[in-house]
Amino acid sequence: MNSETETKRRFSVASSPHIASPDSTPNLMLDVLIALLPAWLVAVYFFGFRVVSLTAVTIAAAVGAEYLYRRLTKQHQTIGDLSAAVTGLLLTMCLPVETPYWIAALGAVFAIVVVKQLFGGLGKNFMNPALAGRVFLFSFPAVMGKYIAPGRTFWAPIFGGGVETVSSATPMSYLHQGLLPEGISLRQLLVGQQAGCLGEVASLMLLFGGAYLVLRKVISPRIPLCYLGTVAVLTFLFPMGGIGRMDWMLYNLFSGGLMLGAIFMATDYVTSPVTPTGRTVYAIGCGALTVFLRYFGTYPEGVSFAILVMNTLVWSLDKAFPPHRFGTPWFQKKEKKEASK
Amino acid sequence: MIHRFFGGVHPRGHKEATEALAVAPLPQPPEQVILAMSQHVGPPCAPTVAVGDSVTVGQVVGEPAGLGAPIHASVSGKVVAVEPRPHAGGSPVMSVVIENDGQNTPADPIFRPAQPEKLTTEQVIDIVRAAGITGMGGAGFPTHAKLSSALGKADTVILNGAECEPYLTADHRLMLEQPKKVIEGGRVLMRALGLEKLVIGVEANKLNAVDALKAEAPADVEVRPLRVRYPQGAEKQLIQNITGRQVPPGGLPANVGCAVFNVSTAAAVYDAVFDGKPLTHRIVTVTGKGVVHPANFLVPIGTPMEFLVEAAGGLKGNPGRVLCGGPMMGIAQYDLAAPIIKGNNGLLVMSTREYSPTPKGVLTCIHCGRCVSACPMHLVPLTFNQRFSAGHFDQLEGLRILDCIECGSCAYSCPAHIPLVQVIRAGKNEVRKLQTAAKAATEKAEAEAKAAEEAAKTEPEASPADVPAEPAKEEEATAK
Repeated sequence: MNSETETKRRFSVASSPHIASPDSTPNLMLDVLIALLPAWLVAVYFFGFRVVSLTAVTIAAAVGAEYLYRRLTKQHQTIGDLSAAVTGLLLTMCLPVETPYWIAALGAVFAIVVVKQLFGGLGKNFMNPALAGRVFLFSFPAVMGKYIAPGRTFWAPIFGGGVETVSSATPMSYLHQGLLPEGISLRQLLVGQQAGCLGEVASLMLLFGGAYLVLRKVISPRIPLCYLGTVAVLTFLFPMGGIGRMDWMLYNLFSGGLMLGAIFMATDYVTSPVTPTGRTVYAIGCGALTVFLRYFGTYPEGVSFAILVMNTLVWSLDKAFPPHRFGTPWFQKKEKKEASK
Repeated sequence: MIHRFFGGVHPRGHKEATEALAVAPLPQPPEQVILAMSQHVGPPCAPTVAVGDSVTVGQVVGEPAGLGAPIHASVSGKVVAVEPRPHAGGSPVMSVVIENDGQNTPADPIFRPAQPEKLTTEQVIDIVRAAGITGMGGAGFPTHAKLSSALGKADTVILNGAECEPYLTADHRLMLEQPKKVIEGGRVLMRALGLEKLVIGVEANKLNAVDALKAEAPADVEVRPLRVRYPQGAEKQLIQNITGRQVPPGGLPANVGCAVFNVSTAAAVYDAVFDGKPLTHRIVTVTGKGVVHPANFLVPIGTPMEFLVEAAGGLKGNPGRVLCGGPMMGIAQYDLAAPIIKGNNGLLVMSTREYSPTPKGVLTCIHCGRCVSACPMHLVPLTFNQRFSAGHFDQLEGLRILDCIECGSCAYSCPAHIPLVQVIRAGKNEVRKLQTAAKAATEKAEAEAKAAEEAAKTEPEASPADVPAEPAKEEEATAK
């Protein structure tokens, strides 16, 4: 029958559901870029135009590395999902402003090729590429440890330079010695008037970015809240150097890379657990390790290492903390264990 | 105490096209109805009429073989064919085709009770079975079987008026226009189960239906507005929302003392008990951007889908996909000659822009966990995709894949557009294959052990009595 074959041709069939939410991977990545924008703008304000050129170089290196790697290994192109751009921007955010371009580019290439692509690309890497790239760059301690105080001339030379400028102590280096940062008020910490990596300084703007991501439902607030909560509780309980608990806790929360780490690094989809309980345990682990490394580590800051260590546990955490099975008693597991004893 | 189910999604409702349109009869009766013999859970019915027979409205044309419900003629006329015909489920099904004579000659009422309120439980179950009532929300579980299974176990009767699927408004219009039928039908079911309380759950995007029901509700009926969240109308989630109980894995609502019926099912029970009418018609929402005049029609069961589309003014624009049911769980149709069955609440003609296009290229899971946050059954859908694509079918069951209700919330929310429901369905098939294989293997092993045991038993009889059953035991042990 002619009409029958005609209808057969006309309608497409597929498995349900037949509608999908408008979210897509590139949209989510774009939201992360947007959320980072306020803190980045503050960095431009405090550290000058070199932030713009450094960001451009790092993102270009990250995206270029991804493009070339996929091209050379004859795999489909993935730069359109914007994840390489996010990695590039995140890496820039944790570099000091005077980082030479070639070092920044090297970090981006390492992050993309070694950490991400060698494991199969987006979704397969087991460590946060930007953080791993940053830690890789710690092989250049002279560069990575040289933090510039904010208020650098806006049009300071974007090439060369750097060498003569004096590095200043970051709030973290004071805290590491059990002292409160000299001459830096909490208000300055919130606004971003502190020496540090360019994206770490503006705690308030990072919090705004986090709120945006939560409101847009890009991330759930669980990981940042548990992470920051753990750090807050531990630093409140164990202040150092005879400093008041409250001050010690607040300075610890708003100094260093904690905000950037808790809101943007620890929440990286690929390298954080998916189950609610798994996420809680992961974030508490990040918080506890951060405090431990800040107190007892050689480096003043511990956020990067804490998150990278917890990244490696994600698979196990997802397995160890599956959601409660629908329709089964909540304490079944305990009962079983007791019975076996 | 407010209970909520975990997860879920909130797709756009799209109900505005038909929610204000009163249920209308078809402008013209169908010339032919195709009564599929498979309209319910269980084996298909056996046709009881032959080509050439005259039938009347309400006459039985198919009797169940095992679990099922009889099927009744929805028009009067002549049987012109008894043969496999296209079916909404995908493959052709044995069907009785009736040429409509337009007379609508009624058959004898199946039952005419003097006082419907005084019926015994057995009488209600008999009437419901004789009226051919099956769950009208989609699954099509025979209602009499549900009643029997819940008898003595249920302490709560719930009527499901959630209608959480986008686009559909059939149940909404029913509750709004005929609240009495819904309530009285529900109370018949409630009394049959020996209970004194009936809860009607309605999603809060239909507050006018809530008001209409409340206006008619006697003291023993509670109308409860529910949070607007898909899949509010899924049986397990509805029970969880209303009672806080969770149906155990592989269990039935009766396991947690609940009996859930669709509001349309309750109205069909009303028709059967109060008017003696079997289930021959149902309300179907014909909607979507692909039809000219979306509408809610009262349709004789067996009306071909193409006839319904014509009744709604025909196709327009770029109709790309036709669904039996709503967009979240509906079945895509390729042949509109297939008929409406008892469980069809909607016929959705989507334009090519309305449905999500088939994703192209490599779909990469970014481990965002949205499927986990969306799953109302507390599953981790992304792991099904991982293990399935890696071919680790044996790991799927341990990940509770069989708990999945296929509501589609995970696939809906996936930013990488991975067709998770499709993967899960395929995965379930593989799990069932493995289960059958495992079952066959154990049966074989048991049979071998038994044979060995018997062989050992015969031995002592033949051998001297000083070695009794011991060698038999040893052999059994080795066999195991």
